[in-house]
Amino acid sequence: MSATLQNLVNQPYKHGFVTSIESDVAPKGLNADTIRMISSKKKEPEWLLEFRLKSYEAWLKMEEPAWPNVHYPKIDFQAISYYSAPKQKPKLKSMDEVDPELLRTFEKLGVPLHERMALAGVAVDVIFDSVSVATTYKDKLAEVGIIFCSMSEAVLDHPELVQKYLGTVIPPSDNFYAALNSAVFTDGSFCYIPKGVKCPMDLSTYFRINTEESGQFERTLIVAEEGASVSYLEGCTAPAFSSNQLHAAVVELVALDNADIKYSTVQNWYAGDENGIGGIYNFVTKRGLAKGVNSRISWTQVETGSAITWKYPSCVLLGDNSVGEFYSVAVTNHYQQADTGTKMIHIGKNTRSTIVSKGISAGHSNNSYRGLVKIAPSATGARNYSQCDSMLVGHQSGAHTFPYIQVANNNSQVEHEASTSKIGEDQLFYFAQRGIDAEAAVSMIINGFCKDVFQQLPMEFAVEATALLSFKLEGSVG
Amino acid sequence: MIYQDSRLLLEVRGLCATVNGTEILKGLDLTVRSGEVHAIMGPNGSGKSTFSKILAGHSAYEVTGGTVMFEGQNLFDLAPEERARAGVFLAFQYPIEIPGVGNSQFLRLTYNTVQTHRGKEELDPLEFDDFVREKMKLLEMSPDFLERSVNEGFSGGEKKRNEILQMAMLDPRLAILDETDSGLDIDALRIVANGVNQLANKDNAIVMVTHYQRLLNYIVPDYVHVMEAGRIIKTGGKELAFELETRGYDWVGVEHKAATRAAV
Ligand SMILES: Nc1ncnc2c1ncn2[C@@H]1O[C@H](COP(=O)(O)OP(=O)(O)OP(=O)(O)O)[C@@H](O)[C@H]1O
Ligand SMILES: [Mg+2]
Repeated sequence: MSATLQNLVNQPYKHGFVTSIESDVAPKGLNADTIRMISSKKKEPEWLLEFRLKSYEAWLKMEEPAWPNVHYPKIDFQAISYYSAPKQKPKLKSMDEVDPELLRTFEKLGVPLHERMALAGVAVDVIFDSVSVATTYKDKLAEVGIIFCSMSEAVLDHPELVQKYLGTVIPPSDNFYAALNSAVFTDGSFCYIPKGVKCPMDLSTYFRINTEESGQFERTLIVAEEGASVSYLEGCTAPAFSSNQLHAAVVELVALDNADIKYSTVQNWYAGDENGIGGIYNFVTKRGLAKGVNSRISWTQVETGSAITWKYPSCVLLGDNSVGEFYSVAVTNHYQQADTGTKMIHIGKNTRSTIVSKGISAGHSNNSYRGLVKIAPSATGARNYSQCDSMLVGHQSGAHTFPYIQVANNNSQVEHEASTSKIGEDQLFYFAQRGIDAEAAVSMIINGFCKDVFQQLPMEFAVEATALLSFKLEGSVG
Repeated sequence: MIYQDSRLLLEVRGLCATVNGTEILKGLDLTVRSGEVHAIMGPNGSGKSTFSKILAGHSAYEVTGGTVMFEGQNLFDLAPEERARAGVFLAFQYPIEIPGVGNSQFLRLTYNTVQTHRGKEELDPLEFDDFVREKMKLLEMSPDFLERSVNEGFSGGEKKRNEILQMAMLDPRLAILDETDSGLDIDALRIVANGVNQLANKDNAIVMVTHYQRLLNYIVPDYVHVMEAGRIIKTGGKELAFELETRGYDWVGVEHKAATRAAV
């Protein structure tokens, strides 16, 4: 790889700064008492404490998964602090009440809240560390019966809804990190769209990990009742710390008859430095249950950050004619490792799923696509189309594809296409010969490569994702 | 055309270059003045494309000797993109495909980048669309090519036209056309040649690499050079091309050897 290419990739992390807001941090370590402490701090009902403790029991018996194509030193779960909340009182009526330091943080992130809201009429539920600090547009949403609030609030204000759905898509025993999350989750978002309501605006959450060595365990639950629809945007950034941080979130989506949930993520957690020091361990479980007939769950993700990503947003297509979609761009650079993909579980009749995955690996990074398409005997007439493309930038990076296909009936149709390409010196020379430098050329090639996925993103997110990718890959080709 | 008040555009002196340690160019000399049209002919593998790509700045070739001045400036001081912005244009013998990148976006970025460096206004997408469609008419190119990925799936001749379209847009000082005629059918050759002729003026110059005298019927050269084994061994007027067409290259080499021996 040439020097120009190297320089392009080696841009420092723009969002690497720590906000000095006083935090309320729990001592390190995890045991039943830590869990009781979290639950009581949050004034939770008894059933939730039980849910947590049961999850903790299950977690103790589980093993960390070893199958992902990622490598990292063993995590010491007793060295992590499981609760961190900004000391400021979290109930705020308007943006004016938000800590100016916090607002400056968002400014630095390039996400001026007021601007975003004005621009697109987006309701932003800001998660700062684990507690929701400000919720906007709540009243407007409440008018049509939509509940959009932090998980903590939901537990207190709508316990019946939370209890009905929490853990139904991803049971605590699902996997090691889901169990851990179920035991210690501190906050996240809750969203409920009642019957027949089309959410009038995109709902957006900005997540951010701020305290060094505090794991972040968000829990998000979105329920769309019969005929409801919602588009939910999640953006994440984290400051640069030299130690590795664990992020083990759980996101559950439930779509009833004819409901439609679209979930978009732009993930830019700190990825570690150019030598692979530091960065977030992003071990996330996301799953949507297309429970009702004709329901639809659509995941779109742009994964650019984290030292390690382990994440498979999945769809369980239970209702007849239900639809699952997964559109993904995963970019790795330096020593980043990503093992990401999806699972499409077809159970209902005539269920359909689409998978479009674009992996880009630069530097010394490793990028794996891992996907399961499972068609149950009951899923007659099911169809799946998968397309997995990899692009290599430079010649020290790796791209891998692990498709698993299980079809248990004989009238379903599964199609899988895969390709690997490389940004070649001759392509860059062609651009250069027309006056275009390597940076702009790479950005143009990458954007072309990711077009099918970016098209799925809401407009402003697509613009942000495009900028983010160029930024990530600056200097990696030459 | 040769003008009285022409300026020196390109001056190549004793250029030597290697690729992967093999010497390809072995002391090449060439002088090009504004307004002139040059043709370079020569057997396969003699180094014509290598020379073209070195002028454009391809990193695979290492310059081991000699100098190249472009408009009074050392060409090797400029990065490839700077050479392009300064007005060096190479129409590739084998234009590369760039899947996923829309031709119209690519053409617009190219155009706007070069314009900006010339201190001129950029065009917005709509203005550019009008502009590029005009240029395409000149080359009788269907606007459908704007919708496709750069060169992807283009036929050989379509790729060549897309190159000349870019030349027409960018209005270079020095245009090097590497076998632009190869792969063009008879009508296309006439159209493309016609396009090139319309672009030629007293301030720019054209260097065409070709194997066929036929092209030179359309674009009439002021000089014809014969390249062999990394050197220009004979230069003549347009009638030299006819002679090469009937006699081949061997005699040029023989004559050159005799002349060199005599000089020693
Ligand atoms: N990257 C490379 N590696 C090895 N050899 C090369 C490379 N590029 C060019 N060459 C060699 O350099 C010599 C000159 O090649 P070049 O393409 O310049 O010839 P040409 O005169 O353009 O020929 P043609 O008329 O066939 O287009 C050839 O022998 C070719 O094999
Ligand atoms: Mg050639």
